[in-house]
Amino acid sequence: MIITSNVSKKFGKLKALDSVSVTCNRGECIALIGPNGSGKTTLAKTILGMVVPDSGFITFNGKNILHNWDYRKDIGYMPQIGRYPENMTIGQILDMMRDIRHTKGSQTDEELIETFGLNTMMQKRMRTLSGGTRQKVSASLAFMFNPSVLILDEPTAGLDPVASGILKKKIVAEKEKGKLIIITSHVLSELDDLVTQIIYMQEGRLKFHKSIQALHADTGETQLTRAIASIMIN
Amino acid sequence: MKKIVKYVIVDILRNKIVIAYTAFLLVMSLSVFNLEDNASKGLLSLLNVILLIVPLVSIVFSTIYMYNSSEFIELLVSQPLRRKTIWLSLFSGLTVALSLSFFIGAGIPILLYQPTGTGIMMLTAGILLSVIFVAIALLASVTTRDKAKGIGKVILLWLYFALLFDGLVLFLLFQFADYPLEKAMVGVSALNPVDLSRILILLQMDVSALMGYTGAIFRNFFGTQSGITIAFLVLVLWFVVPLWLSLRKFRSKDL
Amino acid sequence: MKKNVLLLGFVFFLISNQPIFSETIRVGYGQKITRIQEGIDLSKPGDTLLVTEGTYRQGNIIINKPLVIKGINHPVIDGEYKYELFSIKSPYVTVEGFNVQHSGHSSMVDIAGIKIYNTHHVTIANNILVDNFFGIYSQQSQRCIIKNNQVSATTTATERSGNGIHCWKSDSIHIYNNKVSGHRDGIYLEFVTHSPVEKNDIQNNNRYGLHFMFAHNNTYSENIFRHNGAGVAVMYTRNVVMKNNRFEDNWGDAAYGLLLKEINDGVIEGNHFEGNTSGIFMDGSTRIDMQKNTFKGNGWAIKMQASCMDVNLEKNNFIGNTFDVGTNGSLVLNTFKNNYWDKYEGYDLNKDRIGDIPYRPVSMYSMIVERNPPAMMLFRSFITTLLDKTEKVLPSLTPENLKDEYPLMKPLPL
Repeated sequence: MIITSNVSKKFGKLKALDSVSVTCNRGECIALIGPNGSGKTTLAKTILGMVVPDSGFITFNGKNILHNWDYRKDIGYMPQIGRYPENMTIGQILDMMRDIRHTKGSQTDEELIETFGLNTMMQKRMRTLSGGTRQKVSASLAFMFNPSVLILDEPTAGLDPVASGILKKKIVAEKEKGKLIIITSHVLSELDDLVTQIIYMQEGRLKFHKSIQALHADTGETQLTRAIASIMIN
Repeated sequence: MKKIVKYVIVDILRNKIVIAYTAFLLVMSLSVFNLEDNASKGLLSLLNVILLIVPLVSIVFSTIYMYNSSEFIELLVSQPLRRKTIWLSLFSGLTVALSLSFFIGAGIPILLYQPTGTGIMMLTAGILLSVIFVAIALLASVTTRDKAKGIGKVILLWLYFALLFDGLVLFLLFQFADYPLEKAMVGVSALNPVDLSRILILLQMDVSALMGYTGAIFRNFFGTQSGITIAFLVLVLWFVVPLWLSLRKFRSKDL
Repeated sequence: MKKNVLLLGFVFFLISNQPIFSETIRVGYGQKITRIQEGIDLSKPGDTLLVTEGTYRQGNIIINKPLVIKGINHPVIDGEYKYELFSIKSPYVTVEGFNVQHSGHSSMVDIAGIKIYNTHHVTIANNILVDNFFGIYSQQSQRCIIKNNQVSATTTATERSGNGIHCWKSDSIHIYNNKVSGHRDGIYLEFVTHSPVEKNDIQNNNRYGLHFMFAHNNTYSENIFRHNGAGVAVMYTRNVVMKNNRFEDNWGDAAYGLLLKEINDGVIEGNHFEGNTSGIFMDGSTRIDMQKNTFKGNGWAIKMQASCMDVNLEKNNFIGNTFDVGTNGSLVLNTFKNNYWDKYEGYDLNKDRIGDIPYRPVSMYSMIVERNPPAMMLFRSFITTLLDKTEKVLPSLTPENLKDEYPLMKPLPL
């Protein structure tokens, strides 16, 4: 579904991405992991077209995404930090996104809005919200338009355990529907029961891309955290 | 595009700084027209406000707004939208909101107290200057990643357009007093939108004085229909060019 | 003296005019005599000639005896751009009620629509003069009246257009209620003395509305001079009185509401100067008394060169001028007193309606513009406002003693 071929990106002298090639398919739930500054957010952003690679290319459903914007209607993106124009209300943000993305005849998925309890605070201005509530808004927006791909950047950071649980359940449910889900995270333990594939990056390079079974088999560890740790030691 | 614009406008119009700006202009222009014994003197007092405050607020506010919106812009970029649409929406939102607050704060009093050629020209100039300085702010913010640096940059730019440029011109005028500089002055005035606006207002306000001496040139150029048209075209260029440059930069910018 | 002159005139009138035997003769189309000149030749001094309606292309008409020539319903006297129309060479002639048009042009002689040659007591009244080289011309004549005429021309080339009303070496010419437009100078007087010029409407002439030189002891009142190429210029003259005239909308590089050059002992009172590039430009003028004038919306209300002395400005209104006073030097030998200046920012603590601190009508920026005209481009910019404010506190460029010590707080009712 998404294929990156030899994607490289430099920020000044820093090599953020160094010839990264990965293939992501429908129904997979991929954890994009690596230490800070390893290039995982940059990779997510190149897929979203927010960062333009210096070389290499990315295809989405077989089409090159360069100079293309239309493909993004199939992607739901939840940024790491969600900041919104401070005088907009939650309701206005949701309305604006509906105006941008909603196509006639399709149903919007407002499950998260309700389970997060956002529907009771539609009139609140963005500047009055806590970081956690803003994350809830970001998450709700990402799932709202039934995209076939979800890119979630540190989705559970800043969420309380209850909200985090709700979100995880939602992710699992969407995965069951056969969607591609890419999660960048460094809190590995949280991803244990979600993930089917692991992409591990370090210093802009793709270290490995394995299914979770393969990883377990290779390392003999059943827990994701330990499996990764054992790789890092080797 | 209007999908985003209307939300941006509503957001900016609720901004405290913009509300304060509108109120300031309103108080200022009402007091100026009520305290001065004749309305044309009121206009004169308003002239400096339009030439100094409007560019300052437009450029600084827009720059801060753009930096504060960087995450919002990222979110918009991740949506199925052209970057051009996003950028032009933000530009339109800022210009409409700031022009509107200028219109409410200064335009309505002008239309009430002084609906003359001078008044209309001031109103037009104020709105054009708002638009121009929003465009310059967009260019400055897209080319500078650091917020503090960006704000410093636009304050310097404002200082240049409002004060330094004129000082420089005055200096050059006296350095080259022996040369016929009248024609060159027309060209020089095009290099600064604040000066160009001021001259257009002067042509309404001090038309008799401008008809003398240098006036020959000013009259021959700005006094004619085509001169005014050219002057307005130059002012339009003053926001189209920065906007176009900023758009070009934004299209290939990594967020 | 005046009585004697009248009496003498009356006696002279009795002797020379033989009024008892005067006849009224009709000439022109439909009459026995169709040529006007023939009618003049056949008439006796003192007769009245009535010219019937129509268009006459009969070349030059010479009036060489005292006659009253009147047009019925404004007959047209057309010079076909070749001839002078009426040449008056006798005293006691009246020419009234004609449409005089298309005189010849010449660079050698001054051809006019109606020309008075070396004579006296001529009246030119109620004529309409269109497209003549000169309109009405008085040469070395005395005691003439030029009234209620409309003089206009359409040529724009200055060398092809003469003056509307032109007087040379004349005395006691009374010029009133005329309208002059489109000529080189509206009214031109050279070596003309004791002549009142009143209630004329002088607009849209190519050069000066009123132009006089060496024309002493004349009075100009209630005239309107509007939109003339260079305004009004008066030069080298003593004892001029100008009252209640309007000088308006004279725009241009060298246009002045009123240009005074080498004018001595003048009175300028109750005039209205509005919308001129310079209301008054004064050069080398002395002992001028200016009172109760209004200066409104001019570029410079008054430009006073340092060569002026003993000019007294009192009780004038200065309203909405870009610059109130401009000057080119620092020596000031003129007085300003009790004027109203709308730019005055002082206060009146003792409530005597006179400001407690003096007003300096010369702004620093007007001095800068005087020296460096292109600097006008920066007028009213922040930096020049700053300069002006600094100058108010610490005068350095502006003349120290050019000030109104007693400025009025409220405008005078003028």
